Amino acid sequence: MSGRCNAAELLAVVASRQLRDDTMVFAGVGVPLLAAALARRRHAPRLTLVIEGGIIGPEIAPGRLPISTNEMRAGRRATMLPGITDAFLFAQRGFVDVGFMGGAQIDRYGNLNTSTIGADYWKPTVRLPGTGGANDIASLCREVIIVTPHEKRRFVPRVDFLTSPGWLAGDGSRAAAGLLFGRVSRVVTTLGVLGFDPATRCMRIEATHPGVSADTIRANTGFELGQAERVETTEPPSDDELLMLRALDPERRFLG
Amino acid sequence: MALVRELLRQRRRGLTLSRNLTCTEGELLMAAGAVERVVTAWMSIGLPWGVSKILRHYVESGRVALEEWSHLALGLRFRAGAMGVPFLPSLTMLGSDLVAVGGTKTIQDPYTGATLAAVPALFPDVALLHVQRADPFGNCQIDGYPHMDTDIARAAATVLVTTEELITEEDTRRHPDRTVIPGFVVDALVHVPFGSFPHECYGLYEADFEHFAAYTAAIDARGPAAVGEYLERYVYGPASFPDYLDLFGRDHLALQRRRARELTEP
Repeated sequence: MSGRCNAAELLAVVASRQLRDDTMVFAGVGVPLLAAALARRRHAPRLTLVIEGGIIGPEIAPGRLPISTNEMRAGRRATMLPGITDAFLFAQRGFVDVGFMGGAQIDRYGNLNTSTIGADYWKPTVRLPGTGGANDIASLCREVIIVTPHEKRRFVPRVDFLTSPGWLAGDGSRAAAGLLFGRVSRVVTTLGVLGFDPATRCMRIEATHPGVSADTIRANTGFELGQAERVETTEPPSDDELLMLRALDPERRFLG
Repeated sequence: MALVRELLRQRRRGLTLSRNLTCTEGELLMAAGAVERVVTAWMSIGLPWGVSKILRHYVESGRVALEEWSHLALGLRFRAGAMGVPFLPSLTMLGSDLVAVGGTKTIQDPYTGATLAAVPALFPDVALLHVQRADPFGNCQIDGYPHMDTDIARAAATVLVTTEELITEEDTRRHPDRTVIPGFVVDALVHVPFGSFPHECYGLYEADFEHFAAYTAAIDARGPAAVGEYLERYVYGPASFPDYLDLFGRDHLALQRRRARELTEP
């Protein structure tokens, strides 16, 4: 299969399959937005995209992918431009079904770091761009799906800085912190699809991509991983999915 | 950009910059030594150019403090300011390390006892805004993305606005529903076409991505010194804003206008 598509394409296709028709998805620019645009063109025509620059319902044009969350490409044929604060207030009110996001570091509870690498926030080893709306998406969408390359340096036992809440320290701590609703349900990676144990809220393997073993996933993860009772094998991307995806990003800005 | 350029030319020091999305203007203010603190949610030139080397250089060395808030939290800080209340309750940022960074306090809902973030109001000393249209009394119209500009205008003590187009009071009275910033909150207005270039102005001109690519390529090649060269060429050198625009050329600006029209036509 590696001959048929690259890692970014596989990630975008598998991520797009997670989205259902007639729902609202908060999608970050890059592979998450590509995946959402693919879902919209393929199996979820009534999927409403929300982009954190303050945009609701855009129709992303093939070959005109936005490179930021607040430029004219991102708002093409949108149904509403409410501004950044109000876009997130729709999520706080409970209107947004799914948040689609990535991060530089992720831990076993699905907590994400996009802020700083190093022990001290004010004296970082590496200063990253920051949360943007990532924290709000993780806090306020009804369900969060993480989309990320699978690398050992990303999947760490403890995030250096907790930018965006997953299950925090396990079951019950989200609610205890005051987060009224929301949950991180899945982590779609370049190697497989992971979920969370319903009792412990620790990450576990739920599906492996074709040609990838559970052991390979474990070898690329910096913490112990359980697995679901039945581990599925991902259906490989179809010709149809790949054609549509490649048409969206002909300059290969995000598909590599 | 016209206002930021003037701020840089006046060689201001010791400023705190607060803005949700921080781009080249943040890098220029850092490199010029104008800001000592940046209050933001995100800072980069844009996704294709990755993590900003200038952000890393100034923040990792401790020369500039970066105080990070989520988009909604910072938006609610401006909204609380706009509403004239000391804080607004929210469900965001709870349980994350962002709470400690900005010193956000939590409160108990007096009705149910639930925990909420009490996001403090932000009242900027000065707001710098650019709009599509304004009349001589400062009544402003904005097309496209409103960002947080209407809240920022109400929250700030002093409001300076540049406008692409100067309209008449009669134009305002014909379409009062289009006024989003009322003249009574605006302290000064300047007519500056292309006033946000090389950044975009919705519907009027596209952001100049080639310019950003050249800017970041120079930083990749020569490090932070490249920003100093940029400041000389684009900020300190040209005496007026029209002189600055001449560096880009009339044909190039016309092309950016055409691109914006194509992108916003349905």
